[in-house]
Amino acid sequence: MQETKVNQMRKQVDHIYRSESRRVFATLIRLLGDFDLAEEAMHEAFAVAAEKWPGEGMPANPRTWLVSVGRFKAIDAIRRRTRFDVSLAELGQRLDSSGIEVKDDENVEDDRLRLIFTCCHPALPQDAQIALTLREVCGLKTEAIASAFLVAPPTLAQRIVRAKAKIRDARIPYQVPSRTDLPERLDTVLQVIYLVFNEGYAASSGASLTRADLSGEAIRLGRLVMALLPEPEVMGLLALMLLQESRRNARTTSTGDLILLEDQDRSLWNPAQISEGRALVQQALASQRIGAYTLQGAIAAVHAEAPSTAATDWAQIVALYTLLGQIEHSPIIDLNRAVAVAMRDGPAAGLRLIDAILADGNLANYHLAHAARADLCRRLEKTADAEASYQRALALVKQEPERRFLERRLRELG
Amino acid sequence: MKYMLLIYSDENAWTESEQKHCYKESIELTQKLNANGQYLGSSPLQPVSTATSVRVRDGKRLVTDGPFAETREQLGGYFLVDAANLDDAIAIAGRIPAARKGTVEIRPILELKGLLPEQ
Repeated sequence: MQETKVNQMRKQVDHIYRSESRRVFATLIRLLGDFDLAEEAMHEAFAVAAEKWPGEGMPANPRTWLVSVGRFKAIDAIRRRTRFDVSLAELGQRLDSSGIEVKDDENVEDDRLRLIFTCCHPALPQDAQIALTLREVCGLKTEAIASAFLVAPPTLAQRIVRAKAKIRDARIPYQVPSRTDLPERLDTVLQVIYLVFNEGYAASSGASLTRADLSGEAIRLGRLVMALLPEPEVMGLLALMLLQESRRNARTTSTGDLILLEDQDRSLWNPAQISEGRALVQQALASQRIGAYTLQGAIAAVHAEAPSTAATDWAQIVALYTLLGQIEHSPIIDLNRAVAVAMRDGPAAGLRLIDAILADGNLANYHLAHAARADLCRRLEKTADAEASYQRALALVKQEPERRFLERRLRELG
Repeated sequence: MKYMLLIYSDENAWTESEQKHCYKESIELTQKLNANGQYLGSSPLQPVSTATSVRVRDGKRLVTDGPFAETREQLGGYFLVDAANLDDAIAIAGRIPAARKGTVEIRPILELKGLLPEQ
């Protein structure tokens, strides 16, 4: 009887660790002013919980209890270390005089937002922003992040150590940016989330399991930011990710080969993700503050609504790409627009646009530009042109499934 | 916390009237910073053509003409400010008129015990 009670409590501590540890950690960073000290304190607090709760019962507010214990443990640790390190003495004094009670429950969500903005500070290099966010906000292990991004764990660990040193030495603040800085700073956060998503979405072979996890992690991050800061572009990005993710099961064969949108079995698309994504796009568009993520989300929504490629509202997609190109000048957007024009007006119209883009030289080394050109030439039965463009794309492609796809298309030309 | 804001730009990119205007605006900024208690010091530098470099190797002093490194953009001046944190320092750097033409590099000051403060 007693034994099962202890086991139950152990399970409850585990559950609270999963649901609350990142919140406790974020608040401890604010109280202690140091990432490493906060992490240590958080683990110590959970160790004390595992020891005491089975006998004494769970406190009424476990989170507040954990923050409070973590803070005491940190002060203890600083006192012990002060004997060896004079620079910690000042911190110890400051913590001692800053009051004992920890009761700011309403501050906890702010702390999570503070943590996100600090990890995604533009004064940190982008690869460090990504690594820090996954480690500190999502709580992923350094080894897991390293393997997902195909870098050696010591390299990634060093990236994180350097970033934390800069946060400390340059005094990157632990705060939500001011209203004037918010749009720019939010943009950096969204960029980090989308990069994490794409890292998990673009690769579909090899270590595919961990990579799908990255997309899931990015969606979770998107939901978190959405809950804390429901800005239209946050909705737009979350919608975009959900709508892309909804096609995951339809975009590769069982052997890992790529399936183009037009050939995908649309019954494999995830309807729950599609309806959530569509609703978010509507909400973001209704705000009248329309940004690049919202427009990309809207394009994904048009695809999601269509029963087939032929029945897709290509005029709408061309219009959305035109708007997107006005917000964000990019030859890749021009390329996507050209492909949509080809679907609306026929391959000859699209080919004229792609040739103009390639003539500008910006996408000369982008394999998808040549692959798109090859496809339009194929449809126009310009076999020699198609073959040359497939060869060019093959010389530039880096991903194995994409290479196999291009080789197949080249063979089919006959 | 103290930050050094180092201003780099291409000296040849400034017309005389642009430079005059920049000095005037910079003086206004120093006054505003001073009123906030954030101003520690600031100055433009004479052009890099006036630079002299000194090194001591094996106890021997070596003096050469020119800057430490030949670059397209040169160090042209600095602000030394007291800011709450990096975001505060970034906000000040964004108000430096020369930032519109060149680049402001923000470096936190390393506090060294025993070092005399600015006069």
